[in-house]
Amino acid sequence: MLGENGAGKTTLMNILSGLYKPDSGQIFIDGEERVFNDPVGAIQAGVGMVHQHFMLVPVFDVVEAVALGAETVKDAVGTFDRAAARKRIVELSEQYKLDVDPDAKIQSLPVGVRQRVEIIKALYRHSDILVLDEPSAVLTPYETEELYTIIRSLAASGTTVIFITHKLNEVLEVADDIVVLRRGRVAGKADPKTATRQQLANMMVGRDVELIVPKGPAKPGEVVLHLEQVFVRDDRLEMAVNGVDLDVRAGEIVAIAGVQGNGQTELVEAITGLRSADSGSITIGGRHVEKSSPRGVSDLGVAHIPEDRGRDGLINPMTVAENYILDSYHKAPYSKNGVFDLKAVRERAAQGVKDFDIRTPSIDTTAGSLSGGNQQKVVVAREFSVPVQLVIAAQPTRGLDVGSIEYIHRRLVEQRDAGAAILIVSTELDEVLAVGDRIAVMFDGRIVGILTGDDATYENLGLLMGGASFGGGVAA
Amino acid sequence: MNRLKAFLRRAAVPALSVVTALLVGAIVIVLTDFEALAEIGSDPARALFWVETVNGKTVISGALGGVVNAYGAMLSGAFGDPGRIITALQTGKERDIATAIRPLTETLVATMPLIFTGLAVAISFRAGMFNIGGGGQLMIGALGATITAIMLAGQVPSPVILIAALTVATLAGGFWGFIPGFLKARTGAHEVITTIMLNYIAALVVFFALRSPTLRAAGSTSPVSKNLSPIVDVPNIINLPNIRLDYGFVVALLMAVAVSWLLFRTTKGFELRASGFNLTAARYAGMSAGGSMMLAMALSGALAGMGGGFMVIGTVGQLTLDLSGSIGFTAIALALLAGLRPSGVVMAALLFGALTNGGKLMGVQSGIPFDLLVFIMALVIMFVAAPGLIRSIWRVKVAKPAPEIAAVTPTGAPTV
Repeated sequence: MLGENGAGKTTLMNILSGLYKPDSGQIFIDGEERVFNDPVGAIQAGVGMVHQHFMLVPVFDVVEAVALGAETVKDAVGTFDRAAARKRIVELSEQYKLDVDPDAKIQSLPVGVRQRVEIIKALYRHSDILVLDEPSAVLTPYETEELYTIIRSLAASGTTVIFITHKLNEVLEVADDIVVLRRGRVAGKADPKTATRQQLANMMVGRDVELIVPKGPAKPGEVVLHLEQVFVRDDRLEMAVNGVDLDVRAGEIVAIAGVQGNGQTELVEAITGLRSADSGSITIGGRHVEKSSPRGVSDLGVAHIPEDRGRDGLINPMTVAENYILDSYHKAPYSKNGVFDLKAVRERAAQGVKDFDIRTPSIDTTAGSLSGGNQQKVVVAREFSVPVQLVIAAQPTRGLDVGSIEYIHRRLVEQRDAGAAILIVSTELDEVLAVGDRIAVMFDGRIVGILTGDDATYENLGLLMGGASFGGGVAA
Repeated sequence: MNRLKAFLRRAAVPALSVVTALLVGAIVIVLTDFEALAEIGSDPARALFWVETVNGKTVISGALGGVVNAYGAMLSGAFGDPGRIITALQTGKERDIATAIRPLTETLVATMPLIFTGLAVAISFRAGMFNIGGGGQLMIGALGATITAIMLAGQVPSPVILIAALTVATLAGGFWGFIPGFLKARTGAHEVITTIMLNYIAALVVFFALRSPTLRAAGSTSPVSKNLSPIVDVPNIINLPNIRLDYGFVVALLMAVAVSWLLFRTTKGFELRASGFNLTAARYAGMSAGGSMMLAMALSGALAGMGGGFMVIGTVGQLTLDLSGSIGFTAIALALLAGLRPSGVVMAALLFGALTNGGKLMGVQSGIPFDLLVFIMALVIMFVAAPGLIRSIWRVKVAKPAPEIAAVTPTGAPTV
């Protein structure tokens, strides 16, 4: 099941799994109408759901987490029959090659394995319809491959799998039938053998979209951002960035690919002055910024699109206009001697809303009430409202729909062509491949490889992102 | 038109909360009137509502009549008796006019410090700082004004003393507020704890200072300062005997305008609000979080201190240990009721001033204890904090709590 964010995929599946009640309409399973008043009813009918955010007790071990709510008892008192539960879990794990240690604590398991525990949990409840909501969102490319294998073997043994995603590659890779949802309706069905990415994208969005924003070859100029042996510690004081060397030149887009949590966040914070580097040298346009404040960095003409717009990029209860001036409120024309020129603020904000096609009832609407795509446009409009020499964009399209992604990418390429140096940090392979002129892969706090041109393939990126244990890949 | 609509949307929950609280108060009055209710079997009319003329005066009795009496006394205690005011104005006798309008001016006198401290709380809460220390900052400001007035007495003209005393009060209160702001910014010490503790310290500092023979009223055994009104007195708005309403009230209103201007028209105010809503995003935008904390707390303390100054050299006339009373805490309640808006603070302070002042007459005239008003004020705040309840009671669609309140409460608005 393919669809943009907000298309209604999760809502529909929550109805199927008994969390929501439909206003009208019927659900048929094996030709028989079923009405679910609660999730228990759905589970009894064989519907198992694996949510995007896992529902596992972290301090339990696998047996306890799986059996919770469906415990087998061995006597009248209600003593938990752990041996029986464990036996069944081992059987399921072997049958579907899920490879889960039944005695491991949930909190010690990597995300990919936790997801398999969720699948076991559904199978343990005798689900023959398994719903997976955006299952690859948290996985590395390698783990995603493993998931596909599991899904195929489940389907082969007779389980119905509903795989919800907004990623085009995934449906083409794993599905037998594709249903596209748009604004709460079925926009079309497709056969993965014949459908193309472009067809599916157009069906999802309802108009022609460009999946890969057209861009000419980069014309790299002077080095704008220069990183030399940068070491940065995280909040727990552990070394998160372990000696990064990287140059970003004017007129090029460098994308840093990597699985979340390999030091990208800390690196971006060090560049933008939000976190001080442990050691190493960071220069922007030739100026050292290791000791600069966030404002000092921003004043050099650095636009920063933070990775979590809700937390870092926007002040949700404030208006669109206030958010538009959030980091240049203290300068002309917005204010003079510390007093606002409200007319100038309103005019500029209205212009920004127009230029960046921000869909908002007015500039006095609170930022928090806009859709994700429009919120990100507010951030981008603000950051690009002043001349920039360097753009740092962390996860610039996370959670956005295809149409908004296209828009943001287009703006980034425009900035590049206008001569800015662009550094994008992203966990989405599609994104780094679409916009990156050079792709640096970060693993364990280091840049483990830089790919350009024909070397930049899913396979090479996937290998590098998984670290050394999945093969050598392309050496740095 | 849109502004009016927006105002009505914002005011709906507070207004309905007040109405609901008064209704609940009425029910309590009825249910606790055991004497009248005892007669309900024999004479229900007399037990519930009875009007009769005794010696030419109309007397209302019964349980429901008690409500009419109580709230009637509260209203005339808070705003005066309109008929009496008109008669007094017609006769033109100073003393009659003064007596007639005194309830109203006393309400404004009670309102004045509430506006100052309410604004103090609003400005700090806007910046995400839960200043619980309004009472202490008020006391320190009052102490500063008292010391200045007594030290300068007879040395410089009284208008100079007036300005000096108010300046010192403002600076002293500001300093007392700055301490927790500084501690939070530099060491992370939580301002709720430090401001509460500084309240105790402020009370003891004042107690200690009032042991000094220089400050203490001559011949007094209790810790009260000399009467300051012979030295310096804020000029009255209306010159009538027994009327103490002075220009402190006007300054309070001007401060509301100033705070509003600061918060919504200046870059410093923008920084305060941004940091209050979302500290990380403010940091990402290049603002100094620590600077905003210290500034907000210093301004907050300065407002409270100024209020204390106006009390000791104006309406109250001397420094006493119970000068701040429960003002510091009432201020928190009314600032939340006001949605942290300066204009709302003025209205909420008027409401609380009226309830406090009117409650006194109610206690005297109707025998309903003043405590009922504390109960009603507490209910108002509870209802404001539970908009869902007000919505379902009145079956109206009202807006969600103003974002500024929503932003403040989940992080743990202090209990009053």
